[in-house]
Amino acid sequence: MIAESGHYALVLALALALIQSVVPLIGARLGDAALMNVARSTALAQLLFVGASFTALVMLHVNSDFSVANVYENSHSMKPLLYKITGVWGNHEGSMLLWVSILALFGGLVASFGNNLPLSLRAHVLAVQAWIASAFYLFILMTSNPFLRIVNPPIEGRDLNPVLQDIGLAVHPPMLYLGYVGFSISFSFAIAALMEGRIDAAWARWVRPWTLVAWIFLTLGIAMGSYWAYYELGWGGWWFWDPVENASLMPWLAGTALLHSALVMEKRNALKVWTILLSILTFSLSLLGTFLVRSGVITSVHAFATDPTRGVFILLILCLFIGGSLSLFAGRATSLKQGGLFAPISREGALVLNNLLLTVACAVVLFGTLYPLAMEMLADFKMSVGAPFYNLTFAPLFVLLLLAVPFGPMLAWKRGDLLGVMQRLLAAGVAGLVVVAIVWAWVRGGSALAPLAIGLGVFVIAGAVTDLVERTGLVRLPFATVLHRARGLPRSAWGTAFAHAGLGVALIGIVCETTWNSEYIATMKPNDVAHVAGYDLKLDGLFQRQGPNYREMIAEFRISRDGEAVTVMTPSKRSFTTRGSSTTEAALLTRGASQLYVSLGDATAEGAIAVRIYHKPLVLLIWWGPVLMAFGGVLSLSDRRLRVGAPKPARAKQRLQPAE
Amino acid sequence: MTRKQRRMTIIGGSLAVLALAAALVLNALRDSIVFFSTPTMVAEKHVEPGKRFRLGGLVQPGSLQRGDNLAVTFEVADGNAKLPVAFKGILPDLFREGQGVVAEGALDANGVFKADTVLAKHDETYMPKDVADALKKQGHWKDDYGAQSSATQASGTQASGAAKPAATTAQGNPQGAVR
Repeated sequence: MIAESGHYALVLALALALIQSVVPLIGARLGDAALMNVARSTALAQLLFVGASFTALVMLHVNSDFSVANVYENSHSMKPLLYKITGVWGNHEGSMLLWVSILALFGGLVASFGNNLPLSLRAHVLAVQAWIASAFYLFILMTSNPFLRIVNPPIEGRDLNPVLQDIGLAVHPPMLYLGYVGFSISFSFAIAALMEGRIDAAWARWVRPWTLVAWIFLTLGIAMGSYWAYYELGWGGWWFWDPVENASLMPWLAGTALLHSALVMEKRNALKVWTILLSILTFSLSLLGTFLVRSGVITSVHAFATDPTRGVFILLILCLFIGGSLSLFAGRATSLKQGGLFAPISREGALVLNNLLLTVACAVVLFGTLYPLAMEMLADFKMSVGAPFYNLTFAPLFVLLLLAVPFGPMLAWKRGDLLGVMQRLLAAGVAGLVVVAIVWAWVRGGSALAPLAIGLGVFVIAGAVTDLVERTGLVRLPFATVLHRARGLPRSAWGTAFAHAGLGVALIGIVCETTWNSEYIATMKPNDVAHVAGYDLKLDGLFQRQGPNYREMIAEFRISRDGEAVTVMTPSKRSFTTRGSSTTEAALLTRGASQLYVSLGDATAEGAIAVRIYHKPLVLLIWWGPVLMAFGGVLSLSDRRLRVGAPKPARAKQRLQPAE
Repeated sequence: MTRKQRRMTIIGGSLAVLALAAALVLNALRDSIVFFSTPTMVAEKHVEPGKRFRLGGLVQPGSLQRGDNLAVTFEVADGNAKLPVAFKGILPDLFREGQGVVAEGALDANGVFKADTVLAKHDETYMPKDVADALKKQGHWKDDYGAQSSATQASGTQASGAAKPAATTAQGNPQGAVR
């Protein structure tokens, strides 16, 4: 019964979404408040039914009901409870259900917290949300129903792909989807603004928190996925420029640009048309990502079984939404009023530069992702575009961006003083150069690029700190005044500083890891000792252990440094009998931000085992950077002026009254 | 500054950045693209030594030989031609004789493909898409692969797209065991 109820709830959600797609728009056309308010109820009811449907699937997985195909194919009765739950979205059908659940969640949030939105704007936004939802409900019900039954239920399931049996699956996909799908809100707001033909600074103030929430989750989701790949795949790589990774990076780049351009629109009422376009593009890239992942058109480490009808269906959704929204944009954009003026050297100018570089970097990634596909279809030869391509294209653009980052927050709105900013950034620049000199002297020769890149990272961090110092008057003023000013500083200023510093931190981590990574690969017998980066690793022995649904072979390494015992590391290799496959569980030793990484290869007949040992200096900075960025985002979100439902000043209220 | 001047400045700046990006992309396309070949294509086209490419095919049964210090040699075949491959390092978990494989590297002077990366999937029924397409094109697609792939389709589960790690890569080490 549970499966049927879940299926039925999903059909009801589709019906509600169809009502929500049409009725509020009629209400807006007629100026009928009751009809417009239908959207609010249907959005909440949709959330309820999709939630019920999702819960049903979770219950089926938890109960190991193998009469349901989805459970049979992805679960096993011996699987730990956590993986029974996370396995729900560790497959195509379940992950699409998670996708629509999160979409419904965002719709419900707009419905509940959007009370301060003008009625017709809210009606339009929720209607657009419902269009997206209807398309994806149809997709699930027609091509990927997770509730299908099997006629002759088997006794035992086929188990979840072993690489996915990890805590990473509990965190990474939901976070990523909260990001992807969260951008649907800014998309809906953009379409609503185009349909209403009205857009102002207040619009940007409503859109920014939603974009920020999506951006925070996407940032954390990408970082989490990268760390998961790093410790699970067993060879210490953390970014592969894989098409599916690019599919998550592109909305992130566009979303970052959107955050910044919405700022200009909110503060200065400029860049309206561009902000609308970016909102559309960001969500279009999220949809493109869904298409790339779900249709199987790409050869990817994320590849999965493909079904052509799914690909065609998603391509249709993609064309409909991207094509439709861009046509609407082309038709309506010119009717939007022009905003305020600004000089090229100004905060607005800096944000335009930021947008330019981010969107062009995004376009480069898009090119690198789609070019091999296009060549395969048009010229019929296969190729791959990998890290070397992105190092030559994406990296230089990002270097330019990072050079400009410290200048942005220091320039004044409207007309800035570049020379003055340069003077104030002198200390940061000197700090960067000093670090370049120190690192250069320390490594004595070698590539000049690494010290320069680290210097750039330090410059970005120092620039962020300088901005805070300037604003609080840390050096000039007495301490009590500084404290007072620091408390009075808008949270968003702190947010900016943390997010920008996070960029620098991540850059330093990336450069250190790629440049000074030491690696040792060999076959080791018990009592052999490996020497890596000052550590001595002695293989004590190999032993077997039985896990809940796997057998594992564990190697015990005794780690010492300069003769002193440090710890014992136990990397293992698990073999899962149901799927006949195995995974490598790396062992990690964290020292500060650096890590020692040990993973196992195959065992030979003579009792020896192939071993990979890496020392990765400052590798954790790669993920601390994004965490800092997300923290900056959270700070900025808690800023008074963005708080959802915050009382508006009376003056703003008058301006926001519906035009009619 | 008037609206027109501002617009011209922005358009000028955009064009400059776009031109820069286009130059970077064209430059990168010249030498950072890696092409995919099968042993037949290598035999026909005479690829020069030292040029990097991706080699795909099936690991010839009985050809795998393990040497000292993690050195491995095996042959990659596609039905018409075979190519010897040398690799040093740990092979991925699901590297098997008779299974599909993709290796990246270059030919040496003796016509041996020196691989520095070997890719295989974390899956018992896996066949790399490139390899499957190439085999189909040459008419060497055997029914049992088809059966495997339809089993894959029927189950519809093999790896989730929402999930990140779904393949292993073996990174070889041309310079020796310690870098």
